[in-house]
Amino acid sequence: MKLETLRELNAERAARRPVIIVTDTSNGEQRLVKAKDIPSDPLRAEIATQLRMGKSANVEVGGKKLFLNVYAPTAKLVIIGAVHISQALAPIARALDYDVTVVDPRTAFASPERFPDVPLIAEWPDVALPPLNVDHYTAFVAVTHDPKIDDPALLHAFERDCFYVGALGSRKTHAKRADRLRALGAKEVDIARIHAPIGLPIGAVSPSEIAVAIMAEITAQLRLPPKEKEQAA
Amino acid sequence: MLNRDEDILQAAETWQKQGHGVALATVVETWGSAPRPAGSSLVINDDGTFLGSVSGGCVEGAVVTEALDVIANGHPKMLEFGVADETAWNVGLSCGGTIRVFVEKVG
Repeated sequence: MKLETLRELNAERAARRPVIIVTDTSNGEQRLVKAKDIPSDPLRAEIATQLRMGKSANVEVGGKKLFLNVYAPTAKLVIIGAVHISQALAPIARALDYDVTVVDPRTAFASPERFPDVPLIAEWPDVALPPLNVDHYTAFVAVTHDPKIDDPALLHAFERDCFYVGALGSRKTHAKRADRLRALGAKEVDIARIHAPIGLPIGAVSPSEIAVAIMAEITAQLRLPPKEKEQAA
Repeated sequence: MLNRDEDILQAAETWQKQGHGVALATVVETWGSAPRPAGSSLVINDDGTFLGSVSGGCVEGAVVTEALDVIANGHPKMLEFGVADETAWNVGLSCGGTIRVFVEKVG
């Protein structure tokens, strides 16, 4: 790999833009494809497929065997609510290589003593979220149980097309939340995307177990093909 | 914290800037039960220092040895590791899979 290619690759990844390296493994010839150039690339169909799956793979084109190395941005996890579940969830997510941020305007909850080593923003969602660059490669979890905090945060997650949106609450609580979000102008398709009750049904009881259930659900959403995803949900 | 791919590639760039010879080894194909998916990478410098992984630790030693050759002569190389593939590389994957690893020089 040319040093220039490596530099560009690192720069694109630092900016959280997907990037693909195409290598002819018979001779080492290589080129880098930036996200913005995919639509005009001769391999656009193959690249789009692999990028959607987040999987690197070999393709054969015109008798050449090419390796498409797909670099999707590192997944982020934004947690709304500096609650007990979040204290367990943040370290689990970090162990899984997520960039984690916790947001809660209630300073009694959002204290560094309760969240050592985790970026913590003690602000309301309308102030805290815009600078976080929430994007498609972000999992978004709302666990304050307080509509004043969770609802506007969820609206932001819808706007940014997060790959996972989950919210704490029973079916009954969630039905009320859906009504409130509708009244705030949320689309049905977005409301339907909320995972609630949050987490895979593994009988979780303690905050740590609920954190495992949430992280397992996020992993399934990130990795499973669409059909199997429906079965897991 | 485990080394993430972006940290690994950042390290490769830093090593190169410091004047090291650097190689990048990437899993390009897997069959059967392979420990790391295609796209997983290992970076190696001319001290023999490496970051990342291409398997569960079974073949990294052999990849590093080959990578030092690639750093020295500049020619990319394709390595293949399979179940107890002793004739080829004297190392195998105990998990029962087969992987192909592309090793190239950086710079």
